Amino acid sequence: MVHLTEEQRIRYARNIRIPGIGEVGQAKLRESRVAVVGLGGLGSPLCLYLAAAGIGTLGLIDADVVELSNLQRQVLHATSRIGKKKTESAAEVLQALNPEVNLVLVDRRVTAETAEGILENYDVVAEATDNFESKFLINDVCLRMKKPFATAGILGLSGQAQFVVPGKTPCLRCLFPQVPRGTPTTAELGVLGAVPGILGSLEALEIIRWVVGLWQPREDGSGRLHGVDGVSMSLRTLTVRRRPDCGCAAIR
Amino acid sequence: MKITLNGEMRDVGDGTTVAGLLKDLGFQTEGVVVEINGTIIDRTRFEDTKFSEGDRVELVRFVGGG
Ligand SMILES: [Zn+2]
Repeated sequence: MVHLTEEQRIRYARNIRIPGIGEVGQAKLRESRVAVVGLGGLGSPLCLYLAAAGIGTLGLIDADVVELSNLQRQVLHATSRIGKKKTESAAEVLQALNPEVNLVLVDRRVTAETAEGILENYDVVAEATDNFESKFLINDVCLRMKKPFATAGILGLSGQAQFVVPGKTPCLRCLFPQVPRGTPTTAELGVLGAVPGILGSLEALEIIRWVVGLWQPREDGSGRLHGVDGVSMSLRTLTVRRRPDCGCAAIR
Repeated sequence: MKITLNGEMRDVGDGTTVAGLLKDLGFQTEGVVVEINGTIIDRTRFEDTKFSEGDRVELVRFVGGG
């Protein structure tokens, strides 16, 4: 039932060699549909690694255009494409990297009104937006639609990432029932490009683990929060538990 | 009193609370997740949760950029 072409066997040889992936896992990647919301700092490594790995359909979702000040961290884009839509700029690179990937360009904002329509045709979502409101909106929409999603945030020299499987792991609101307010943005405090490089890559790894079937729920229903701190240069993993009074608690 | 903070030994005064430590570190309590001995502390308990000798404390900043 696995039909990889000779060219695919060569292109993906090093994926296929990994225990737990193999040709079956590679076929799963090819059949998967992944939405990437945000084509910025986090979205850049996300898209590059997902396309390179052979994800079948990649939804590229962003309403912005490439700006000069994006380029110290948004490595998917380029100086020659300043002023171009990020969806088109991304598609140019990803098509050249892996012509097999079916790219769907969505030049729209994800809002409470548009989110379900934009995300409904995807198996799994990679959240790579640049603000808490959007991150928590995607959390709520994915819970409602029972779609697993990777999520991360970055600022300065630090960042964090989580993978949420509705009904199996905690969600963002298990940690923060209310959207955190009054926190500074990257426009105010800056961000070093290598930081979203790490966190976006973590998200890509989580998505690929999910698609090929390497992800397993933990028996106690807990999840993990991965934190990267580039000031003290430490990587920490915290155990997150489901909050009994969270909106996600009723999901099975 | 000694605690372990993100893998490093740290001296804190007796009776130091989570909120007090975050203040000493210059962190906004709004965007931090704190775990003590494997359990994440509810944000509403930061003011009244005191450390004990030997606590293993993990602290992750929760940030919103992308
Ligand atoms: Zn929850």
